[in-house]
Amino acid sequence: MANQELIRGYPAYMRESIARVEATRPARLRAGPPPAMTPAEREKVLAEYHPDYKAEKKRALGIGVSAGNVVPNEVADMLEAHLLVDPSKIDLSRVDYDVEVLIIGGGGAGTVAAIFAHQEGIPAENILIVTKLRHGDCNSTMAQGGIQAADRPEDSPAIHYIDVMGGGHYANKPELVQAMVDDGPEIIRWHEELGVMYDKVNGEYMEAHGGGTSRKRMHSCKDYTGKAIFNPIRDEARNLGIPTLEFSPVIELLLDGEGKAAGAITYNLETGEYSVIRAKATVLATGGFGRVHIQNFPTTNHYGATADGLVIAYRAGAKLLDMDSVQYHPTGVVYPSAILGQLATEKLRSQGAMPLNADGEAFVYPLEPRDVEAAAIIRECWSREKGIETPSGVRGVWLDTPMIDEIHGEGTIKDWLAAMWTMWNRHGIDITKDPALVYPTLHYQNGGVEIEANGETSVPGLFAGGEVEGGVHGKNRLMGNSLLGYNVFGRRAGIAAAKWAKKKKSKIKTLSLQHAVDFEQQLADAGIETDLRSPMLLPDYRSKSVLEHSLGRFL
Amino acid sequence: MSTSSENTIRIYVMGSAYEVPRGLTIMSAMEHAGWRFTRGAGCRSGFCGACSTVYRQEGDYRLRFVLACQTEAEDGMYLVQLPFTPAPRVSYTLADLNPDENVLLQHYPEIARCVSCNTCTKACPQDIEVMDYVQAALRGDIAQTASLSFDCIQCGLCSMRCPADIKHYHMAQMARRIYGRYMSPITEHLEKRIAEIEKGVYEEELDALVKMTRSELEEIYAARVVE
Repeated sequence: MANQELIRGYPAYMRESIARVEATRPARLRAGPPPAMTPAEREKVLAEYHPDYKAEKKRALGIGVSAGNVVPNEVADMLEAHLLVDPSKIDLSRVDYDVEVLIIGGGGAGTVAAIFAHQEGIPAENILIVTKLRHGDCNSTMAQGGIQAADRPEDSPAIHYIDVMGGGHYANKPELVQAMVDDGPEIIRWHEELGVMYDKVNGEYMEAHGGGTSRKRMHSCKDYTGKAIFNPIRDEARNLGIPTLEFSPVIELLLDGEGKAAGAITYNLETGEYSVIRAKATVLATGGFGRVHIQNFPTTNHYGATADGLVIAYRAGAKLLDMDSVQYHPTGVVYPSAILGQLATEKLRSQGAMPLNADGEAFVYPLEPRDVEAAAIIRECWSREKGIETPSGVRGVWLDTPMIDEIHGEGTIKDWLAAMWTMWNRHGIDITKDPALVYPTLHYQNGGVEIEANGETSVPGLFAGGEVEGGVHGKNRLMGNSLLGYNVFGRRAGIAAAKWAKKKKSKIKTLSLQHAVDFEQQLADAGIETDLRSPMLLPDYRSKSVLEHSLGRFL
Repeated sequence: MSTSSENTIRIYVMGSAYEVPRGLTIMSAMEHAGWRFTRGAGCRSGFCGACSTVYRQEGDYRLRFVLACQTEAEDGMYLVQLPFTPAPRVSYTLADLNPDENVLLQHYPEIARCVSCNTCTKACPQDIEVMDYVQAALRGDIAQTASLSFDCIQCGLCSMRCPADIKHYHMAQMARRIYGRYMSPITEHLEKRIAEIEKGVYEEELDALVKMTRSELEEIYAARVVE
């Protein structure tokens, strides 16, 4: 981008469009938002504009236990890639860590699982969390808007259930949704015991709507909800003395020769040394796939969200579910381009900010389910040609943030949406006075490794929770159900793993990587030719000119 | 001397110069120059504190403190990342604490060494009034410590700069947890709802919903009244 004059953060040509936004604002404040779409209108906009509905961007898996399942091409590429390391180079006779419960992933679900495995009677020293980056480099800590739980008298777990099923296009596994809505209020109470500072007025939770909710059940901690919930959870795991191995991603799961999960191989990102971990029970809590950049979308996700858990679990024989659907958050930042793809929380819309086109017109109900809202924004930009183009050539629509202070009073944004105010303010944009420019951004892996209500997968001894699991959210997750989901299924997976580890049959007789060897053979048998190796571990954002002249690292 | 053009700027990473495109964050600019981070990159959205960065602008004597993922790289920046702070934290059992005015000082006695120099506040990339919350903690004002430190992402820059070696961010995390557990009442309707669920009040209704066909659910969904 060339060095150009900006007026309070925006180029002059955008100011013309902002003037139209300002001109329509009083009337929009009086009239309220446009009506929500009918089910038929929703289906139409999804089919025509949502990236998930482009058949050519997906394909059926050719090998593995879920062969035939349709997944995004980028996911299929990773699932049908060569092993990162030749199993014959791994010495399984030296066991570096011997534990009862191994937890793969130091984010929300993994940390919750560790705490509850401990509560279930596993001593801290017999639990091990391994994680690719730091304990807490995760999407859980980045969530902004809130967490759902049906606790108000006007609400009920049954109403929550209906909202979740409808939002997920009825593809969700019913018993998982039942578990989630039933556990919701109890999870909030557990957070209270951990000292999470939920937003309250006169001792009552401030509960708001999210896209697709029919009752206000979004509990929040300003717009730092993820951090404000996760950090006390991590603090508690540290108080309990749960051991953590950081900068050590898992590159392959271990089985015991009889098909039971038996631990994992980790790789030290800093020294290059691998470790063999033997475990009676293994919890997969590796998060999602945002950094795979499906259909080249930018992402809200943390640096390590590269679908490693899917890859290693699939090779070990775990079934997948709903992997054909991807969540694009309707409102990612498109301007300034330095922070392209970062999240503009749904809470902005739940507090009154309307999406608007270049003429300042409201074109969609602000709180449709996320897939519908995202599709409507894409239609406005690329079919109706009413988007705003940025200097780097991408398009977006306005999110009329100044409406929030107009509706709720001056200071609302700075007090309750402080993270959002700070993010744009660092780039010279004041969202209390000017709208923000947004477009859909890759946000969440709706499906994943299929689980049962206790977190168990189709591989005995392997449990899963958090974004890596599939079945809870169907084909589209609602806002506030990821924070709830990781707590509910992290807890359930931790408890089930502890119970499993105490059983006689969980004893590990041998350690084996034969499933990985077999997987390579299946690739060859199916005639799949690829240069890719997986798991990916980290994305590579080095520039083309550097890569073209790279000799690799000698030291 | 820095030489910028219309489209590029020059940055210095640990003393070495690189030409990078204008309009990138410090993190993306370093990646463009050839870095592939293991340390120093986490959420990439300003919430995790992995990318604490110190820089000096050419011609200026002051050090400045930012997050690499949230700050646009500018011509003439001399950059270094500090992605880890070896600050000890104190273990405690929240349920057994006596949440009185001495609790923070008992666990983190070094807060009494604060000389009110305000260096912590100047080092905070979140613009938190760090010194003020340390002073609040010294006064035993847990609510104020919790509220002033709410936006803390635990990047550790305050503790790296502090001449008194205070562990601000660990102490503040403890204050927020004490506030959340002991000073912010649990909403009554939450307890009521949990009791109802434990009694099985919603069991029948949920069991029926779980068994419903898609078209039955669609009908109920379409008839929802949105509050």
